[in-house]
Amino acid sequence: MKIAIPVDDKSILTSVCMSFGRTPYFLIYDTESKESVFLDNSAVASQGGAGIKAAQTIVDNKVSVLLTPRCGQNAAEVLKAANIEIYKTMNDCIKDNINAFIEGKLTMLKEIHAGFHNHGAK
Amino acid sequence: MVLSNKKIAVLSGKGGTGKTLVSVNLAASAKDAVYIDCDVEEPNGHLFLKPKDIESEPISIKIPSVDKSLCDGCRKCVDFCKFNALAYIYNRLIVFEEVCHSCGGCALFCPKNALSEKEKTIGEVQKGVSENVSVITGILNTGEASGTPIIKKLMNEASTLKEPTFIDCPPGSACIVMDSIKDADYCVLVAEPTLFGVHNLNMVYELVKLFNKPHGVILNKCLESENPAEKFCIEKGIKILGKIPFDNQLGILNSNAKVAVRENEEYKDIFSTLLQKITKEVLV
Ligand code: SF4
Ligand code: SF4
Repeated sequence: MKIAIPVDDKSILTSVCMSFGRTPYFLIYDTESKESVFLDNSAVASQGGAGIKAAQTIVDNKVSVLLTPRCGQNAAEVLKAANIEIYKTMNDCIKDNINAFIEGKLTMLKEIHAGFHNHGAK
Repeated sequence: MVLSNKKIAVLSGKGGTGKTLVSVNLAASAKDAVYIDCDVEEPNGHLFLKPKDIESEPISIKIPSVDKSLCDGCRKCVDFCKFNALAYIYNRLIVFEEVCHSCGGCALFCPKNALSEKEKTIGEVQKGVSENVSVITGILNTGEASGTPIIKKLMNEASTLKEPTFIDCPPGSACIVMDSIKDADYCVLVAEPTLFGVHNLNMVYELVKLFNKPHGVILNKCLESENPAEKFCIEKGIKILGKIPFDNQLGILNSNAKVAVRENEEYKDIFSTLLQKITKEVLV
């Protein structure tokens, strides 16, 4: 099974990125082969809909589970359509989160935020 | 001197500065006038003017709709859409209507002709009359991405008018504000007498400079004490059109949603003086 986590850098020692849609990279961890792959998030510089594009990347990489601190409505809709489960990260540490998930200690992400559709300042 | 078909845009860096107060009362002070509310996310002017004989017209945009039987999942549309309004999941194209900017590109690019455009209502334009003022209000339905199509419609209306027109712009300096001031003959900037007010004033000041619009400032909520916004105007050489005092009476009129110049002689004077000043500025 593949787990995806938004991360700040291409290293297992980096921290979990606070933003799903705008994260620079995703870590894809395979629980069977125990391999880690880092993907660039092509949505990072998007004008809008970053969450949708980032979610598409996750889906295209045949991920089963996403561990993230936050997730927007549109991204959640894409992930749901692909039956990807979203769990809430417990801290910044990537290893802690992967272990906690495998041990069944993470909870499903409940609060899905409405997204920031309005481009420009208010 | 009469303003005739001139368009006066009223701006402020944030909501609650007195933009609606100023535009509503200027319109009410004129002999005949049009008030256009472009603050489509939160149009408030009609609450004061209480227009009658309202006619409304829905405003819609075009969004793509997919014919599943024709789509072969090539994803050309997904890759094309720079707003990321499309996703392709499990052999199914998903359209995020609130994210779509109606550019029409995806339908053009689809090699299978699987995409067509359907209409979606995003809000409306209401027209009514309040004594000497024709009131035109743009309303964007909540959750919609962009009020631009409504502003465009309002500005088209404005271009045909013969009366002086007061445009109550959206707060801030985003692209939607630029759409509202593009055709204005003059911009009135409303400023609060605080340091934060100066910051907000500077934002819209930069915008009118960018568009090269003649402009002046109305200082709102003025007290006896020092006024940072006034100081800013003097330093930058920005024309001060006048001051509106901060007093309880106006606060009460405002909270009761009354048009101040229709209720109170003092405010009638203040706003007719402001209107004359603006008229002079516009007609020079
Ligand atoms: S019309 Fe334009 S913005 Fe809307 S989905 Fe198609 S390409 Fe994207
Ligand atoms: S471009 Fe047309 S055929 Fe290709 S995925 Fe989009 S809708 Fe389907």
